[in-house]
Amino acid sequence: MSNNPFPLAKADLLRAYRTMRTIRAFEERLHVEFATGEIPGFVHLYAGEEACATGIMMHLTDVDRVASTHRGHGHCIAKGVDVHEMMAEIFGKATGACRGKGGSMHIADLSKGMMGANGILGAGAPLACGAGIAAKFRRNGGVGITFFGDGAANQGTVLESMNLAAIWDLPVVFVVENNGYAESTAVGYATAVDNFADRAAGFGVPGVTVDGTDLFAVYEAAGEMIKRARAGGGPSLLECKMIRFFGHFEGDAQTYKAPDENERNRATRDCIKLFAQRVTQAGVVSAAELSVVDREAESLIDEAVSSAKAAPLPTARDLLTDVYVAYRTARESEDNGPENQFQAGDQ
Amino acid sequence: MAEERIKPIVMPKWGLSMREGKITAWLKPLGSRVAVGDAILEVETDKIASAVEAGSAGTLRRIIGQPDAIYPVKALIGVLAEDDVADADVDAFVSGYTTPAAEMDDEEAGPGYQFTETPAGPLRFAKRGEGGEVVVLVHGFGGDLDNWLFNIDALATEATVYALDLPGHGQSSKSVAEPSLKGLSRALIDFMDKLSITDAHLVGHSMGGAVVARATLDAPQRVKSLTLISSAGLGQDINRGYVEGFVTSTSRRDLKPVLEQLFDDPSLVNRQFVEDVLKYKRLDGVQQALSTLSAALFPNGQQADVLAGELANAGKPALVIWGANDRVIPAKHAGALGEAAKAEVIKEAGHMVQMEKAGKVNDLVLAHIRS
Amino acid sequence: MARKISFKQAINEALDLEMRRDPSVIVLGEDTAGGAGAAGERDAWGGPLGVTKGLYPKHGDRVMDTPLSESAYIGAAIGAAACGMRPVAELMFLDFMGVCFDQILNQAAKFKYMFGGKATTPVVIRAMVGAGFRAAAQHSQMLTPIFTHVPGLKVVCPSNAYDAKGLLIQSIRDDDPVIFCEHKNLYNLETEVPAESYAIPFAEAYVAREGKDVTIVGYGLMVHRALEAANKLAKNGIEAEVIDLRTLSPIDLDTVIESVESTGRLVAVDEANPRCSIAADIVASVTEKAFGALKAAPQMVTAPHTPVPFSPVLEDLYIPSADAIVGAVSKTRKPAMAA
Repeated sequence: MSNNPFPLAKADLLRAYRTMRTIRAFEERLHVEFATGEIPGFVHLYAGEEACATGIMMHLTDVDRVASTHRGHGHCIAKGVDVHEMMAEIFGKATGACRGKGGSMHIADLSKGMMGANGILGAGAPLACGAGIAAKFRRNGGVGITFFGDGAANQGTVLESMNLAAIWDLPVVFVVENNGYAESTAVGYATAVDNFADRAAGFGVPGVTVDGTDLFAVYEAAGEMIKRARAGGGPSLLECKMIRFFGHFEGDAQTYKAPDENERNRATRDCIKLFAQRVTQAGVVSAAELSVVDREAESLIDEAVSSAKAAPLPTARDLLTDVYVAYRTARESEDNGPENQFQAGDQ
Repeated sequence: MAEERIKPIVMPKWGLSMREGKITAWLKPLGSRVAVGDAILEVETDKIASAVEAGSAGTLRRIIGQPDAIYPVKALIGVLAEDDVADADVDAFVSGYTTPAAEMDDEEAGPGYQFTETPAGPLRFAKRGEGGEVVVLVHGFGGDLDNWLFNIDALATEATVYALDLPGHGQSSKSVAEPSLKGLSRALIDFMDKLSITDAHLVGHSMGGAVVARATLDAPQRVKSLTLISSAGLGQDINRGYVEGFVTSTSRRDLKPVLEQLFDDPSLVNRQFVEDVLKYKRLDGVQQALSTLSAALFPNGQQADVLAGELANAGKPALVIWGANDRVIPAKHAGALGEAAKAEVIKEAGHMVQMEKAGKVNDLVLAHIRS
Repeated sequence: MARKISFKQAINEALDLEMRRDPSVIVLGEDTAGGAGAAGERDAWGGPLGVTKGLYPKHGDRVMDTPLSESAYIGAAIGAAACGMRPVAELMFLDFMGVCFDQILNQAAKFKYMFGGKATTPVVIRAMVGAGFRAAAQHSQMLTPIFTHVPGLKVVCPSNAYDAKGLLIQSIRDDDPVIFCEHKNLYNLETEVPAESYAIPFAEAYVAREGKDVTIVGYGLMVHRALEAANKLAKNGIEAEVIDLRTLSPIDLDTVIESVESTGRLVAVDEANPRCSIAADIVASVTEKAFGALKAAPQMVTAPHTPVPFSPVLEDLYIPSADAIVGAVSKTRKPAMAA
């Protein structure tokens, strides 16, 4: 048994591996399932980016809040949202995390601090500021993390939010998941600076760029920023340079990438392989221990898919529920006029 | 000489804040014979609509006030006179009449409403008159001192009259520390203590009657006489639907039919009346106060405290007044005190008899106080 | 104790009372206090028209002056609401919705539904609406129809100080996102208002005037124009019933239908532009549900299909007048009544 040179104890190393592996298995499986045509709508896969979500979420508890993106499965899994509920949601089933009413882009679980995947790019930044405000008033040391891509980093809402968080010292970490592409447009084209972290100083906020495929780099940089935020030191910007293995959405032909780009990335920049190599070479974790996790992750996803496929669909009544907490109309209508459609609430 | 036989009909003053009223209809045609107590016209104010009763007898010789027109309080709107009074004399009377200025009247009367701090919290009250006898008017469930709109000034001609808002009601404190008959009775006695009222003629309506009865039993030395109008506390029966409806209604549509049960003539419940009750019910704390009070006083659709027996033996001069068509508490309760009280059941009146037959009620109460 | 206070004082009182009662209520907006970071008076403004003056000295850091970043601070208010606070954010003019509408439309309005019922967003967004201030096209609109259209939002527009206080208190206590519209031209209008706290339920229209001949429905400033019109009509023996909607979403259509069933004639008045207006919405719904009760075609009186003009003579033509309402009533009575 070697000494552990890593900033994480062995149990946490295995935990990190399990999280990343679960995300990978989830996304790879979705890629397969989506191709069969059974999954409605759009999915945006996080495969290749696991280290970023994992490295950051390891510092968080249920008191912290995460505002995610359209590419949110990784954030959800890393934050502890139930994998079965997530899968059922993506299949549009009534047992889904959002009862089938949100879908892939809107998976949320406020009880775990997951404020939702978001179909509007950059929209999470103000919401995370709101979480920061709530944490400040409650004095519970909570932080808000907002994720957004290299594309969304150019949205006005994100820039406004950075300034707002800075003037109010909000406990928010702005995480730029720079995977090089905003849909089909390369970051070098759409962004004037080479490193998003360079913008941070312009907003009076500390900024750091890390290799987003290196779990430890993400873990350490995020750890410092989160600690500072909890202590009242205000917001930070963390840029993670990373790779997405799949297209922007499933169905994306990815012709904007170089022909062998994905293949090369999987061979040389797979964050899970890189992590596994490091921890096994250091002798802290054995390949066999990692294999066990691999198998468990696969079988968890298998289960999640079968139970999602077997789960019931929402009913017609579900269409009308949960628009409001309570929506009073002056009197019950006998006919099916618009008033009946307003009969929302937890019925 | 002729002037004394000419009686002006004027816009009445109902309550402390009334400045003007609108005539909605004349109920007697020109030239008809009018007896004392006859309803001669209908008037609407921003608070309520009601009939004006004739204070004198005579023939309706002039109709001056027009329907849908608004007149200041005490303005001349009609003339009663005997048939043998000459037209010229009536005309002279009309042209010589000037409406007394409203301002003078108010300055004499003093402030409209006042507030006083008591152990039950701040209580609102009105005080009118300067007579040696003291009268305290206590309203009922969900009501306030304006329930005595048509009574306070008449009684104030011969007594010093106080009307208060009970805790949880009107503009008094909305937190009811002791939501029970004993608690309200204590609040009444504390109020009298605060205003240095040694003893008084207590007049209570509906739940207020039960409060007055409880106070009589708890502190008899403070009570000179009691008058119980449509009173709770004299039997078990109460209109459960009314109480529950009053407590639970939160909209005009739901509340109007509930309030209509208070009157023999439901048309008296106009838009403003319903709105005023709704405005009261919306105030923070009122819903809680009404719910806890009704649960304590009227559990399971019945009155919890029947005090008739004890009251009959209390030895206080007692007057009981009821409207024959009371749909909230049945008129048969009027006989509950038997020989121990003078009981009057008035026809064509409902639960709010002190409003619907104000003249008669005022006369009865004044007579009771004098004796 | 009831005394007369102005609409804007009523708003101030509602905010103060709720902030005292509930520590999770916070107020955010541009210059909500005013003087932030400056050398002179803190609480210099209390909002552009002084509505929130006095709150900062009483409630300190729960009154937050924001930078000019509507999408950030409106979004932050929404995010804080999703985390259990009760923020009351001020969007200075509802006309500014353009710069923050995503947060309102795609975030606040959608959370509860999109997240399967598992989120609650008790945010209030207060904003000035309405014309008559000579503030021209970008500061004078009545954009209530746009928000009313969105499922998940509630829209409130009081016409007087009593309603303003009770409806704002209700809005703050309500667990859904509320767009609270304050007509800038009503700010100084005084009514009797109790000093105590009270809440007026939503979807409860107020019958401001009873009448048997025609039903006139409106909200905000238009209620006052309708009452003016009713007085003019009364001189010609026509008694109009005037209904103040108070809330546009949820809306109390039942009171309107009940009234139309009695009068048979409907005039819907709206300061918004005509296409997809609240007036159009009411006329369509009433026609659908109470067609048999109608004795004449329902009428809509709205602003024209133009931006709000600057020159006073033009702006005064833009805002529906009492005479225009009287004219619409006449149309419901042709040929019986001379135009």
